[in-house]
Amino acid sequence: MISGFVFRALEGRIVAAVGILLGIGILVPALNLLTPPDSAIHIPTYAMALFGKYLCYALLALALDLVWGYCGILSLGHGAFFALGGYAMGMYLMRQIGPRGVYGNPILPDFMVFLNYKELPWFWHGFDWFIFAMAMVIVVPGLLAFIFGWFAFRSRVNGVYLSIITQAMTYALLLAFFRNDMGFGGNNGLTDFKDILGFSVQADGTRAVLFFMSALMLSLCLILASAIVRSKFGKVLVGVRDAESRVRFLGFRVENIKLFTFVVSAMMAGIAGALFVPQVGIINPGEFAPANSIEVVVWTAVGGRGTLIGPIIGAILVNGGKSFFTGAFPEIWLFALGGLFIAVTLFLPKGIVGTIQHGLKARHALKAAADAEKGRGDATTVAQAQAAE
Amino acid sequence: MNMISETRQKSLLYLENVSVSFDGFKALNSLSFVVEPGELRAIIGPNGAGKTTMMDIITGKTRPDTGTVLFEDTIDLTKRDEADIAQLGIGRKFQKPTVFESHTVWDNLELALNRSRGVFATLFYTLSAEDKARIEEILETIRMTHRKNEYAANLSHGQKQWLEIGMLLAQEPKLLLVDEPVAGMTDAETAETAVLLKEIAKTRSVVVVEHDMGFIRELGVKVTCLAEGSVLAEGSIDFVSNDPKVIENYLGR
Ligand SMILES: Nc1ncnc2c1ncn2[C@@H]1O[C@H](COP(=O)(O)OP(=O)(O)O)[C@@H](O)[C@H]1O
Ligand SMILES: [Mg+2]
Repeated sequence: MISGFVFRALEGRIVAAVGILLGIGILVPALNLLTPPDSAIHIPTYAMALFGKYLCYALLALALDLVWGYCGILSLGHGAFFALGGYAMGMYLMRQIGPRGVYGNPILPDFMVFLNYKELPWFWHGFDWFIFAMAMVIVVPGLLAFIFGWFAFRSRVNGVYLSIITQAMTYALLLAFFRNDMGFGGNNGLTDFKDILGFSVQADGTRAVLFFMSALMLSLCLILASAIVRSKFGKVLVGVRDAESRVRFLGFRVENIKLFTFVVSAMMAGIAGALFVPQVGIINPGEFAPANSIEVVVWTAVGGRGTLIGPIIGAILVNGGKSFFTGAFPEIWLFALGGLFIAVTLFLPKGIVGTIQHGLKARHALKAAADAEKGRGDATTVAQAQAAE
Repeated sequence: MNMISETRQKSLLYLENVSVSFDGFKALNSLSFVVEPGELRAIIGPNGAGKTTMMDIITGKTRPDTGTVLFEDTIDLTKRDEADIAQLGIGRKFQKPTVFESHTVWDNLELALNRSRGVFATLFYTLSAEDKARIEEILETIRMTHRKNEYAANLSHGQKQWLEIGMLLAQEPKLLLVDEPVAGMTDAETAETAVLLKEIAKTRSVVVVEHDMGFIRELGVKVTCLAEGSVLAEGSIDFVSNDPKVIENYLGR
């Protein structure tokens, strides 16, 4: 049963994508660690950290694709789940600083000493323990998604209204996390990290492992997402996207279907945030900014929604472009992003991967039709070719 | 009183004095209507008579303001939602054909199959030999075996209507509600649909809403004429179509 579930996931392109991701996950750190800095094939640490960041964004886009591309829920608040996962990791990293902070307090992080905290707030307890913190990375975003989804899907909030309340959710969290008395470092967020599991977060070796972990988690989540969308559940999901009332009148509980998918997706976003924070060295309330969540939608749309692989490519390409543009022509970046979104919506509504898939499918069908005409095939092969993805 | 409880005893579907209004407009006005087990019933009536609204109420999409809606004598449908009612065994075909366009004909039927519909049951579902045989049987019934790998989006309007009927069969309902199944069909398709529905009605109750009088005649069953949210006349097609009120309100228009 479970083996069938996983086996279905391993369709050709998914295996290829996982192979490439894991290859990158090993090759990039190897070139960083094992080649001398003046070598032509050496990858500098800053470049590895930058690409590691893209992999985290790719995981966030994949998470969004699961709810948007397959279930039709346009979440404009996925940045919130990403940020919560990031804060959970940040809290663990803060607790690892111990007495090495500027104020040298053995228990309280610097910002708490500065704000006259007398003791550690209750919700910081347990975060010195890695396993607990990692559990929180998925539990906290998952719980928020569960509570939010429970009410939203049960009261059948749909379409634009749902998108708006997801924006409101991330905006509310942005305001809350800005406050000093929330206990998460306010405006400055959490930073000045020292160790993760006893290894310096600055060390090349640690960065290499974090990079590999990003590629690995992205691969695992890609396999999970593929298993979900290729199961009967995944077909129901697409049914919800295309004809929600038909699904309901067939006897499915649409609210449970949406809730499950939303929660799984939020957990993936949380993992992405947790891997992001040690690689960039900071998490602050800015990660909750509504614009961040909207950018994720752009990456997903550019790559091709409802394709799983497309959003990964979209996230890497758009962020690569962003790094280049903000370096070369900082003032036009936002215009470039807006222009890109409009161009994709107008000319490539299926995104990059969706358009390629569509083209391949059409060629396949044409070829089958030609074969049939020559008498080498029959009507069923034509139909099969059209049915093949 | 005694008579009423007797009709209730053997009814599959029982509506009594059902009223619902939208912004003050009475879409259903004290509608009473009974379907017996195994019955095939036709419903006619002018546009806006409340035929679709009646189906909305039976299937849990709309809640009535007042009135009783019972399934199998005991189950109060006004307290259930769409998914519950579908699982109780009431299937519904929409007025506008609604199938999953980005799935193949086969997948459409597989999704509709009356199996456990929970999240985890569907995640770990694998097609069993029994389910496969059932889908193949339905494909034969709706005459679409040769198109089983076709995307539903590529079907003609009439074929979509049939696929939707096939999906309802897969659901194995005790009661099937069919809203204007032959709208937009060719004459040949219409005749075939009448045969199909009569076939289906052998093993379950079916309620068909239709405007096409030829089609109704072909079905040859008891007819209910609705107008302005309540029953105008009920009986054989000849009886109903000769009723002066029906001629004035519907046929004569
Ligand atoms: N959800 C709704 N909101 C407002 N008015 C509605 C709604 N559903 C139906 N109506 C109105 O109720 C009347 C009956 O509609 P309907 O049941 O669709 O008629 P029929 O199917 O017999 O043509 C129409 O006047 C329609 O406009
Ligand atoms: Mg109608």
